Amino acid sequence: METLVTILAGVLVTVATYLLLSKSLIRVIIGTAILTHAAHLLIMVLAELKTGTVPIVGEGDPVDPLPQALILTSIVIGFAVTAVSLVLAYRTYQEIGTDKLDELRGEPDE
Amino acid sequence: MTLLHWAVLSPFIAAILIPFLYKYLKRIHTGWFVLILPLVLFIYFLSFIPRTSSGEAILNNLDWVPSLGINFNVYVDGLSLLFALLITGIGALVVLYSIYYLSKRKEKLNNFYVYLLMFMGAMLGVVLSDNLIVIYVFWEVTSIASSLLISYWYTREKSIYGAQKSMYITVFGGLSMLAGFSLLYVIAGTFSIRELIANADIVMASGLFIPAMILVLLGAFTKSAQFPFHIWLPDAMEAPTPVSAYLHSATMVKAGIYLVARLTGVFGGAPEWFWIITIAGLVTLTWGSISAVRQKDLKGILAFSTISQLGLIMSLLGTGSAAFYFQDGDNALYMTAILAAVFHLINHATFKGSLFMAAGIVDHETGTRDIRKLGGLMTIMPITATISLIGLASMAGLPPFNGFLSKEMFLTGMLNVTEYGIFHLETFGFIIPIIAWIASVFTFLYCILMFSKTFMGKFDSSKLKVQHVHEAPIGMLISPIILAVLVVVFGLFPNLLAYSIIEPAMAAIAPGILSPGEFFDVHITHWHGFLAPELWMTIGVVVLGVILFMTFKKWENTAFYRGERDLFNYAYDYGYDGLVKGSQWLTRIQMTGRLRDYFIYMCTFIILIMAYTMYRYNLPAIQSLDLSPVPIYVWFVIAVFIGSVIVIPFINNRVALIIATSVSGFIVALLFVLFRAPDLALTQLLIETVSVILFMLVFYHLPKLKKVKTPPKLKAVKLIISIGFGLMITLGSLSAFSLGQEANYSSISEYYTENAKEEAGGYNIVNVILVDFRGLDTMLEVLVVALAVLTVVSLIRLRFKGSEDV
Repeated sequence: METLVTILAGVLVTVATYLLLSKSLIRVIIGTAILTHAAHLLIMVLAELKTGTVPIVGEGDPVDPLPQALILTSIVIGFAVTAVSLVLAYRTYQEIGTDKLDELRGEPDE
Repeated sequence: MTLLHWAVLSPFIAAILIPFLYKYLKRIHTGWFVLILPLVLFIYFLSFIPRTSSGEAILNNLDWVPSLGINFNVYVDGLSLLFALLITGIGALVVLYSIYYLSKRKEKLNNFYVYLLMFMGAMLGVVLSDNLIVIYVFWEVTSIASSLLISYWYTREKSIYGAQKSMYITVFGGLSMLAGFSLLYVIAGTFSIRELIANADIVMASGLFIPAMILVLLGAFTKSAQFPFHIWLPDAMEAPTPVSAYLHSATMVKAGIYLVARLTGVFGGAPEWFWIITIAGLVTLTWGSISAVRQKDLKGILAFSTISQLGLIMSLLGTGSAAFYFQDGDNALYMTAILAAVFHLINHATFKGSLFMAAGIVDHETGTRDIRKLGGLMTIMPITATISLIGLASMAGLPPFNGFLSKEMFLTGMLNVTEYGIFHLETFGFIIPIIAWIASVFTFLYCILMFSKTFMGKFDSSKLKVQHVHEAPIGMLISPIILAVLVVVFGLFPNLLAYSIIEPAMAAIAPGILSPGEFFDVHITHWHGFLAPELWMTIGVVVLGVILFMTFKKWENTAFYRGERDLFNYAYDYGYDGLVKGSQWLTRIQMTGRLRDYFIYMCTFIILIMAYTMYRYNLPAIQSLDLSPVPIYVWFVIAVFIGSVIVIPFINNRVALIIATSVSGFIVALLFVLFRAPDLALTQLLIETVSVILFMLVFYHLPKLKKVKTPPKLKAVKLIISIGFGLMITLGSLSAFSLGQEANYSSISEYYTENAKEEAGGYNIVNVILVDFRGLDTMLEVLVVALAVLTVVSLIRLRFKGSEDV
């Protein structure tokens, strides 16, 4: 199953990268969100997806709890970042009137 | 700190005081205060002569950074003393001259004397230090002071150009020199020159010998304006004339000569050293003398003649270094070259100083230095004309002046080279005296041209800006007169300096060649007899020079004479422009300002570096993985997941986009359930829900997604990069996974599992980790959320308009 989930993460990374390279700000933000999912899955995979019980004492032989704690932290941080970038995109559109990255280029200095 | 240390540092201390003197004693020309210092120092250094001439050397230690072997040790022997006397002696004369040259009212004298004193102190530091790093420090201070002085009239564009050019070239050389010094330290483990000379055989045997030598020589050649680094010197003529006389003829340009002479004890005896210095010197000599003929500006002629004379001294030091090969001091064959080098060093300082001052006087009194406008000044300025005549005759190598003697010795030294019989000289040696002779012809030619164009012919005041041309005030004439008198005195009584100054300097250049108590035979004679080839060479120089001068009318209009600018300036200018334009172009093509391009750079780099690493270390080495079984329903979940994600880039409807995105988020939650992570599933569900709401809120305010027409080429690039990136991440993770299994370390999680209840009193292991075992993570994560909230609030609430939103 590890191979399968790793390949799934690879597909997620591919799609996320493709979105990051697009012109629209919103697609870029969605791309980062998908990249986050891929990262979480990879953390999960690398700690092995051995069959076991949920990590609660008294339930038998539990799966590895440490990656779960790491992912939990990461989910929250990822959400905070997504929220900020969404609001930033909203404000950018309000002020400048576009969400096209090409039009958001600065003037060349020299 | 001994008195000698204070002597080196005294100009810097004086430089600090100058602005106060200038500000509070306006009525007296600041130069008079400055004059005291070089005079006192000159007398102080004269007091060393008895000790150095008896072969003694004075060494005073002072720790600076002892842990790095950097110590401010001052060392006085014949060579250091010769330079110290030149620096202070000519320094005093130049200060005296500058008092009359620079107006008290019009000029910023405080700047001038601060820079000049800074330079003087740095120069004393270079010649009196024993430690290479200390020499380097002072060396760079001379570069900085020189640039400041060249750009003294900083409102003139040409001054700035000249200052920048000299700075770039000499600092380039200085940095190379530092690298060379560091290599010497690597080889011998010391920065002390005396210790290096004592360990010369170790240096010679090292594989780093050639790189160290070349790097050090780059420093010496750039400073001493050797070919092809000579181009900064003519442009440095934008400096006030006292500066040109002092820095760019007598002292700073001789710092490279000093370094070569000083390090001959370390590098001498190697064929590479011999050939590089000799060839560089001869080429500089010839190129400088030929270019000097083309100049129309008095200081331009003098600048190229300085270059040429420096080349002469350098070539003599090169040929003289053969003494180290023979290790024999009695043989006059090659010691003549070193003797000639030292003697010409002194002579050049005297006559070139006086010539610059004379040129300055002409400039000061007529308002121009262009020889096409000047002429017939002999009767108007008789003293200046006499000074110039003496200086030029000496430079041309005519008897009875001192230049004659050193030129004769130069020719002797160059003729001797053919008899060495080492370093392939038996085959190529005969070229050396021929080149030297040709250069002498041109030297003679520009000397006559300069004199005849300035002082002979008809006086034409209509070409001049100044109406009443007259002789300079006596104060301005004192310094050049003193120097001209020295030219004559050294010419008539050359042995005056023989054992007091010249012999100790020779002994310092060629250390360890003489056994203790012995002295070099220094006896300079005027007359070698009719059979001496030098005499006939000198006669030939005069005859050919006169012929060329007589036919001047014929070649006056040739392209050779009309062109003035040195060819290598074009290389410098194009190189400089090219560097600026090239870097601008490089910046422009990569810094597009487009976010996508930067993403492409990053992803490409990551792909390449990962691919290379995997290729290099034969990864992915996925062998016999211990995989978990795949339940049948997982296939289904994953298929849905991939389907929902893959459509995202193709969706152009906002709502559909949000739905597809949230589907993938919810499937992640489902996967967490399957992987037995209830807390993750819960959090993911909640957060995905909130995210969907947020997306909805924001999308309402965003424009409709338009179908973007991407050029197929770009689309292909995007596809390749994203597939490559995904592939690398997959392969990398698989490799990491298999390597982890190979290493077969057990997880530290066993500790958490076993102790969650006992140590922390909780059953939910994940939660215990979050708030107990690894509580700091959680605390800071809370901080992240708090910051995000504050950011969102301030983004929405705070509005600045117009110029405020900077």
